[in-house]
Amino acid sequence: MAGKVKWVTDIEKSVLINNFEKREWVQVTENEDWNFYWMSIQTIRNVFSVDTGYRLSDEQLVNHFPNHYELTRKDLMIKNIKRYRKELEKEGSLLAEKDKNGKYIYLDFVPVTFMLPADYNLFVEEFRKNPSSTWIMKPCGKAQGKGIFLINKLSQIKKWSRDSRTSTFVAASSGKEAYVISLYIDNPLLIGGKKFDLRLYVLVTTYRPLKCYMYKLGFCRFCTVKYTPSTSELDNMFVHLTNVAIQKHGDDYNHVHGGKWTVSNLRLYLESTRGKEVTNRLFDQIHWIVVQSLKAVAVSLYFWFLNVNASPSLTSSTANDRILKYNLINDTLNIVMPNGEIPDCRWNRSPPREALGNYQVLYDEEQAQSESAERDLRSRSGQLLGSKGARGSVGARPAAATWK
Amino acid sequence: MDEGTELSLSIAHIVQRLKGSHLHSQIERQAKDCLHRPEIKLESLKEDVRSFLKTSGWEKKLQNAIYRELHIQLPPSHPTAPLEHLKEPLAYMRKAQASWEKRILKSLNSMSTELGVPLARKRPGAEQKELINKWNEMGTDEPDLNRFRPVYAPKDFLEVLISLRNPNHDSCEDVSARSHWGLIQVPLNIRDIPQLRQAYTELNLSSGQLGIDDLAHVHPDLFENDYVQIGKKVVVEQDSAAAQQYSRRGCPTGLRAALWALILNSTNQLQDMMHYEQLRAGVIQHNLLVDNLIYKDVKLTASNDDYYFVFEDFLYQVLLCFSRDTAVLEHFKYNSATPPKSYLHGKVGDEEYAVVYPPNGVIPFHGFSMYVAPLCFLYNEPSKLYSVFREMYIRYFFRLHSISSSFSGIVSLCLQFERLLQTHLPQLFYHLRQIGAQPLRIAFKWMVRAFSGYLSTDQLLLLWDRILGYDSLEVVAVLAAAVFAFRAENLMEVTSLASAEAVLADLSTLKVIPLIQIFLFATAI
Repeated sequence: MAGKVKWVTDIEKSVLINNFEKREWVQVTENEDWNFYWMSIQTIRNVFSVDTGYRLSDEQLVNHFPNHYELTRKDLMIKNIKRYRKELEKEGSLLAEKDKNGKYIYLDFVPVTFMLPADYNLFVEEFRKNPSSTWIMKPCGKAQGKGIFLINKLSQIKKWSRDSRTSTFVAASSGKEAYVISLYIDNPLLIGGKKFDLRLYVLVTTYRPLKCYMYKLGFCRFCTVKYTPSTSELDNMFVHLTNVAIQKHGDDYNHVHGGKWTVSNLRLYLESTRGKEVTNRLFDQIHWIVVQSLKAVAVSLYFWFLNVNASPSLTSSTANDRILKYNLINDTLNIVMPNGEIPDCRWNRSPPREALGNYQVLYDEEQAQSESAERDLRSRSGQLLGSKGARGSVGARPAAATWK
Repeated sequence: MDEGTELSLSIAHIVQRLKGSHLHSQIERQAKDCLHRPEIKLESLKEDVRSFLKTSGWEKKLQNAIYRELHIQLPPSHPTAPLEHLKEPLAYMRKAQASWEKRILKSLNSMSTELGVPLARKRPGAEQKELINKWNEMGTDEPDLNRFRPVYAPKDFLEVLISLRNPNHDSCEDVSARSHWGLIQVPLNIRDIPQLRQAYTELNLSSGQLGIDDLAHVHPDLFENDYVQIGKKVVVEQDSAAAQQYSRRGCPTGLRAALWALILNSTNQLQDMMHYEQLRAGVIQHNLLVDNLIYKDVKLTASNDDYYFVFEDFLYQVLLCFSRDTAVLEHFKYNSATPPKSYLHGKVGDEEYAVVYPPNGVIPFHGFSMYVAPLCFLYNEPSKLYSVFREMYIRYFFRLHSISSSFSGIVSLCLQFERLLQTHLPQLFYHLRQIGAQPLRIAFKWMVRAFSGYLSTDQLLLLWDRILGYDSLEVVAVLAAAVFAFRAENLMEVTSLASAEAVLADLSTLKVIPLIQIFLFATAI
C-alpha cells in the first residue's frame, strides 16, 4: 500500500505522539481519511454506538474493541467469567473440573464475588457463613481506586440492601450505583512487608483465532505503608490500595522510583526466596488467567487492546515510567503495523519472534491448533515428539504444553 | 617455621576457638545420646561413635565450622610478632590507617558536640515503647536528619589512599613511560592477566557460566539444567567447601540463598535468633548517634534505589543491630583498623572508662547500607539476613574501607585496576589522564561498594557469587577495568572528567560475566 499511515488521536500524550512522529506517519483529523485512530473510551463509545452506524473500512484500525467494557467493567467481567465457567461445565470440558470441595481446579481465579444490589441476598448468605471475614466494595464503572472501601460488618453496606430507597431498577440501568463486592484476600504476598499488585500489558491482535502477547516489562506497584490486616486500619487506603493515583498522595511517596518494581525484579526476588519451580508455576498461572479471561469474553471483532482498565494510563509518573511506556507503544505499533504498513484486514499472520520487541507470545490459538494437529499426525505415524523447550512462548518453559 | 609446626599450630588454634562453642556442646550431646543405639558397640566405641556422627551429618557440620574458621584465620606468622603486625605487616599502612581513624573519630565527636547529641543515651520508657511498635516500619519515621552529615564519603577516603607513600621506596627513579600513571603510588604485589587467568580458570571461555550460558537464547540442556542439578546436590550435601567451589561458576537463583548461607556457614539456629533478639533489645534501650547516620544513609541511598527501596525497613533492622554487635569486634584481629574508643562522660583519657564506640567498632559512611541491600533479595527473615550480612562484612566488606596491604584490600584493588588499565588499554588511560579524568576517580565509588547500587541486582548477585567462590574481592577490580574496556570507544571521544563520568554513569544494562570473561581471557597479551 503506497503512502504513509495517517493517524488521529484524541489523547494528547507524548509517548503516543512521539512514536507516531518517529515513524513519519501523517497526522490528520478525524473527519479526514485516517488509517489509525488511537481513541479514548468516550470516543469509542460515540463512534461505535448503535445510533451512528459507523463502519470501519478495510484500511482503518482502532485501538479499542467496541465492546471492551465486557472485560473492563468489574460487574461485566464477573458475569462473563461465571457464564464461561458454566458453559465449559455444560460442555463437559476438562477445564471445568472441580475438586471434592466443589472448587474449580483450573478456573478458580476470582474470589467469591457478588453484584450489588442485585445479588444482595446471596451475598448476605455467604457473609453469614463467615462473619469475621473482610469484603471489598468496588464501584463498577470507576478506576484508579476511586470509591473503593473495605467492610467487615453488614451494617456498612445497608445502602445496597433490597429494602433501601435506591431502586434496583435505577441502579441497573444507570450503572453508576452498581458495585461488586468480593471476599477480600487479607493475606496477600508481602514484600518488604508491603502489599503490591501487578500491572501487566497484554496486546490482543486477533480474537478468532485468539492471538495475544504479553509485554515482558510489566511492573509491580507497592503501597508505601506496611500492610496490616488489622481491622483498625481497614479504612487506611494507603495500606490496602496500590493504585498510584492513591499512593502518590501519601507522605512517603517517592518520585524517583514511584514505588514500582519491574516484573523481572519480582521474578528474581521470588526465585531467590521461594525457588524457581514455584516462581515458574506462579507466572504460568498468571498467564493462564489472562488467556482464560480473554476467552471468557465471547466477542468477535477485529482489533483490541487489553488492559483491565481499558485505558492504560499513558501518564508517566517517573522518568523510567516514561521510557517504559514509550517503548511499550513502540513495540505495540510494530506488531500491529509491521513494517509501518497498513495491514490487509484479512492479515492474520503471526509476527516473527524478532519483531516482537519486548512482547512475548502469550497464546496463539492458530499455532496451538496446528501443533496439536501435527502431534496427532506424528503419533499416528508412530513417531515420538521430543520436548522442545520453546522459550519464546508463554513465559517459562515446556510447561506451556500442559494447557494446550 | 616449618610446615608441620604451622599445621599443628593452626589445628590447635581452631580447636581452641571451637571448644565451648554451641556446636561443640551439640556434638557432645549427640555423641552421648547415640550410646543407646544398637550399632554402638563397646569394643569399637570410638569408631562407632565417629561413624554415627558421620552418617547423621554432624561431622559435616563440624567440617563446615572448621572451614569457616580457616577463612577468618590469621595467616601464619612469627611466634613473637606483635598483634599489630598480624593486623597489618606494613608500618606505613598502619600509620595511615591510624591517622585516618583519628580523623573520623574527631569528625564524629565534633558532630556530637555541635549538634548537642550525645554519642549514646538511654531511651526514656515512652520512646522505647514507641520504637517497639514501629520496629517493622521505621522507614515511615521522619526524624530530623538535616543536621546530620555522613561522617565521610568514599571520595574523602580516596584522597587518603592517593597520598599513601612507602617511605622505603623511592619512586622518582621511575620517571619514564614505565612509571605508574595512576593515582595509587605504593608498590604492592598485584596479579597480572596471565596470573589471573590461572587463578580464575573456571571463568574461561570454554566453561559454562551462569550469567552467560543461562540466557534465553541458549537451550537449557546445553549447560543450565545439569548445572542446576549439581547445585541441588551440593545443597543436599550441606558442604561449605563444595558450595564455595560451585559458586565460582555462578549460583542458580533458586539455590543462591542456600548456597551462600552454606559458604558463610550461616546456620540461623536458635542461638543466632536469640543473639539477634538481644541486639534488637539493645536498639530499643539505647539510642546511638550513629543510628542517625544509618537513617540518613538509608534515606539517601537505598530508599531512592529502584531495586532496594522496598526493603528500607529491613535495612534499619539489620544496621541498627549491627552497630551494637560486639561479636563483630573479633574481626579487628585481622583488620588493619582498630575500633574507635570513646570515653565515658568526663573521663577522657582514662583507660578504665574507655568503651568501644560504636559497640561493633564500625562507623558507617555514606553508602554503607548498600552492603546489605542486595541481600534482601535473598533472605526475608531478619535474623537470617542479619547473620549472612555480618559474616559477609567480617570476611569481605571491611576490606573495602580500611587501609591495608591485603590482596583483597581496597588499596590493592585500586592499584590492580589502574595497572590492568595501563597495561592493556594504555591509549585510553593516557587519554583520560590528559583530560584530567583519572580513571580511578570514577571507578573508586564502584569498588568501595563492590558495585552495589550500580549494577542491576541480578548482575550484582552474579558478581558476588564469584567473590564468595574465589574468597577474594579481586573480581571487583577486574570488572572495573572490564567496564572501561567495554566503553573505551566512547571514552576516547570525551574531553572532560564530567563527560567521562556521564559515559560511565549508567551501568544498569551491563552483563558482568561476559565482560569479565572477555577481559580476562580474550585480551591479547
